[in-house]
Amino acid sequence: MATAHTAFWQSATVVENTALTSAIRRIVVAPSRPVPADPGSHVDVLVTIGAEAVVRSYSIVDSASDGSSLAISVFASETSRGGATAMHALTAGDRIELTQPLQDFPLRIGAPSYLLLAGGIGITAIAGMARTLAARAVPYRLVYCGRRRDQMAYLDQLTTEHGARLDVHIGDEGTSVDVPELVSTVQPGTELYMCGPIRLMDAVRRAWTERELPASDLRFETFGNSGWHQPEPFRVRIPALGIETSVSASSTLLEALEDVGVDALNDCRRGECGLCEARVLGLHGVIDHRDVFYSERQRDAGSRICVCVSRVRGDGRSIPTITLELS
Amino acid sequence: MPIHSTTSKVMGHPLNAWYVAAWDHEVTRTPIARTIADRPLALYRTEDGRPVALADACWHRLAPLSMGKTVGKEDIQCPYHGIRYNAAGRCTSMPAQETINPSATVPSFPIVERYRYAWVWLGDPLLADPDTIPDMHQMSDDDWAGDGELIHAPCNYQLVLDNLMDLTHEEFVHSSSIGQDELSESEFITTHTDTTVTVTRWMLNIEAPPFWLKNMRDRFPGFEGRVDRWQIIHFEAPSTICIDVGVAKAGTGAPEGDRSQGVNGYVMNTISPETPRSCHYFWSFQRNYRLESQLITTQLRNGVHGVFGEDEAMLKAQQAAIDANPDYEFYSLNIDAGGMWVRKLIERRLEAEGRLSPSPLVEV
Ligand code: FES
Ligand code: FES
Ligand SMILES: [Fe+2]
Repeated sequence: MATAHTAFWQSATVVENTALTSAIRRIVVAPSRPVPADPGSHVDVLVTIGAEAVVRSYSIVDSASDGSSLAISVFASETSRGGATAMHALTAGDRIELTQPLQDFPLRIGAPSYLLLAGGIGITAIAGMARTLAARAVPYRLVYCGRRRDQMAYLDQLTTEHGARLDVHIGDEGTSVDVPELVSTVQPGTELYMCGPIRLMDAVRRAWTERELPASDLRFETFGNSGWHQPEPFRVRIPALGIETSVSASSTLLEALEDVGVDALNDCRRGECGLCEARVLGLHGVIDHRDVFYSERQRDAGSRICVCVSRVRGDGRSIPTITLELS
Repeated sequence: MPIHSTTSKVMGHPLNAWYVAAWDHEVTRTPIARTIADRPLALYRTEDGRPVALADACWHRLAPLSMGKTVGKEDIQCPYHGIRYNAAGRCTSMPAQETINPSATVPSFPIVERYRYAWVWLGDPLLADPDTIPDMHQMSDDDWAGDGELIHAPCNYQLVLDNLMDLTHEEFVHSSSIGQDELSESEFITTHTDTTVTVTRWMLNIEAPPFWLKNMRDRFPGFEGRVDRWQIIHFEAPSTICIDVGVAKAGTGAPEGDRSQGVNGYVMNTISPETPRSCHYFWSFQRNYRLESQLITTQLRNGVHGVFGEDEAMLKAQQAAIDANPDYEFYSLNIDAGGMWVRKLIERRLEAEGRLSPSPLVEV
């Protein structure tokens, strides 16, 4: 069992890039230094946006057993940050830089049963786990939620692979998932693995806590790029540094600060470690907390923010603005 | 151009295998550190007595969890900043914050107690089937008694397997206890299956060497006379060797299956690779007579301890000579048939795992 946390960069050749839905493309690459990929692993990819290179994380949806080809799937919404658009534009034969598989979301073998929950593009982190469990006749259930059927990647394939073990919930067909009810069916000992929009994961965490199930049996991964609200532009001020700048809908607060030369402490860049925490000195608008570092109590207090993922949205009264003090 | 020997001197180890990590009594509520198959482990027991094997490095700054303490029902607490993990290796508490980082885990490995040992599986957890633990039932069955020890041997584990698969070395290494000329003079038969190798040797109508004379007298007070002696070496892949040994009054039918006029022991050996140049050698000597006598149990354990101390000195010197002479190869003798089949079976497993050399692990 490889649990790789160390990034080994390599190059890869794009083998195919095909549309799965109008907003999701499947990109298959052949890495130069292949290693097998465990379920739940991801790659970090260097994406060029204009003159800039940024790192984006994508779950490995499936792979050859020796790792000689890896498939990822990239969702680009209208408000997507530039990385997704650049990934969608790749064509067969292009070279990209990416890491060997990294693992922060390992599937542990040995639980009596499993509940796998995917929302939207989160299916990319979950599909491989479901396939692994299916191959070993371990009791599992796969729940896949989406807003619209035609926007749900891999739906047909998953139906074939998992049959009655797959539950599909689709918002505009009136079959949205009832999270408390879903969590109420969980037997003690069951491990839940989930990846999806923060609204879904927050709801599951709340129901899980209310049922007093062990926190360590609730496994999730977030790449920190979904929030409760659509991203919108806002302003940030750091009086101690004499800085005031704006954050566009397609960049993060941390990126905007880095763009103007602020050396802000950070590590995971996906809302998990809390190292990028800033103190909130003033606020016009509402904080859209997108991290998993703060408890609900801490979020409600609104006095701190993880700048790598969280944002500000307007309350309709004034230009959304946040005033911060960094460590 | 040197002619390449096909006999590798530093053998890799299969990962899809059960290896003994510890004697059952070594695993307690106080964690211990032990490296098995190049993987440092923290071993401990939960409150309800289940053994646990976690990677011995905290997720945070890699402090060894084995230096920590057990807390609650099944948790272990990192000795450095107090992060707690459960038996599955999941973080259950980060003392300095209200939430738990979802990526905070340490690998947890399947571990099973059987035959007085705690066995771990470090390979693909999906393949970890306790039914594939080698048969060592003489360790725990009621009609056997005995005890053993753990030797931390400074050599590649395969050198120990070689040592046990060919017992002609007894004549030279163990001349004062179990060695005798007939060992290298008698014929032996080697057979194998996909997972086992057996070497059988009978020495008929011989003088009993000191160790066996004493055992005979424990069972048959005042025994004098010649014996039929047997050594039947059973290897089970990848690294367990149970040796059926004994002597019976000469001509009383032992070769034909009637051992009633003799004494029978089983030398239970299982060897767990530690690093490419060291291993944990677990052994026990079990007997099926005078089960009530703790004195005999202790005497036998102490006696074998002395014998295996002689092996340990040889193995250590052999590994040192191998390392000091990197451009020399191994050559084989006819007596190596058992050991060479063992190699083949291990190499087949390594090949199936895609780990047959060149393995980076075996470089100096
Ligand atoms: S950098 Fe880890 S939470 Fe922001
Ligand atoms: S190293 Fe273990 S808690 Fe810091
Ligand atoms: Fe010996």
